[in-house]
Amino acid sequence: MELSETLQSVVDDLSENYSEHLIDVYQSTGDTFIRLQPDSIVEVCKYIKNEHHFIYLADILGADRFTSEERFEVIYNIVSLRDRERLFLKVWLEEEEPTVDSITDVWQSASWHERQVYDMFGVRFNNHPDMRRIYMPEDFDYYPLRKEFPLLGIPGSIELPSSTPDTE
Amino acid sequence: MGIENSLGDGFLTTKVDSLTNWARSNAAWPMPMGLACCAIEMMAFAAPKYDAARFGSEVMRFSPRQSDLMIVAGWVNYKMAHAVRRIWDQMPDPKWCIAMGACASTGGMHRCYGVVQGCDNFLPVDAYVSGCPPRPDALLHALMKIQDKIRTEHSTKLDT
Ligand code: SF4
Repeated sequence: MELSETLQSVVDDLSENYSEHLIDVYQSTGDTFIRLQPDSIVEVCKYIKNEHHFIYLADILGADRFTSEERFEVIYNIVSLRDRERLFLKVWLEEEEPTVDSITDVWQSASWHERQVYDMFGVRFNNHPDMRRIYMPEDFDYYPLRKEFPLLGIPGSIELPSSTPDTE
Repeated sequence: MGIENSLGDGFLTTKVDSLTNWARSNAAWPMPMGLACCAIEMMAFAAPKYDAARFGSEVMRFSPRQSDLMIVAGWVNYKMAHAVRRIWDQMPDPKWCIAMGACASTGGMHRCYGVVQGCDNFLPVDAYVSGCPPRPDALLHALMKIQDKIRTEHSTKLDT
């Protein structure tokens, strides 16, 4: 593994202070990924932000590792503008009621990203200030980016407008 | 033949129907429902090069109360469908609708859970325009087809 100076110091620091939460560190296509225990995510994010100046949360993604154990994955894409480094943090969650703590306290911008992951994969975020769907109608019952969801949706699950105009 | 002989020069007789249709077909004011990339071509349709003004359709009305022709330009998702239908219901009769582009006609490449597979699922569409996006001339063609349609309609009725 060829880590830059910044990332090496992040990994060293984490393995020193959070070794029991650190599951895996690996590189793929030029990016560095750190997989963590889900319950430590807020703590670790705070640490990396404060100690290593990763002040910019670029994105939060969800992924469905269908048929694998710990089916859902949440990926945090964070950037250090000072050191021009990008780092991905990952957590794996259970298939039944996937839940992880919200990191809105660390990066405010996480709010909408987390709502999107909730909307598309049904991952709930504890302590989120406004845990609602962001794209789909509020009364929609499914999570469209889960693998078992049909491409064209479930007929009738979202209402179309009535084609006979209201007469009052 | 009949009344023309006694009217002298400067008069012309016609049917109320033809007069109304002539007026309506040359002043079909569009309600632009620009929902996606097709809207850019819809702007070109109204701009000087293609010049919808030649057909009396240059006044894009952003108020449904003043428009006759809805141009659905772009894909309609389920949430937006309600807004589109509401605007359509607010347009006064008589009114016409063009589904512009593959997406508005059939859902196009957006074959997914969020997009209504063709706006004819909730709107009565008069003309479909193929293409992704259609060229502005194709939209003009659709407009001319709508004009033809208007001209053959019976627009005046006896109130019985
Ligand atoms: S038909 Fe093509 S250009 Fe038009 S809205 Fe669809 S994708 Fe965009």
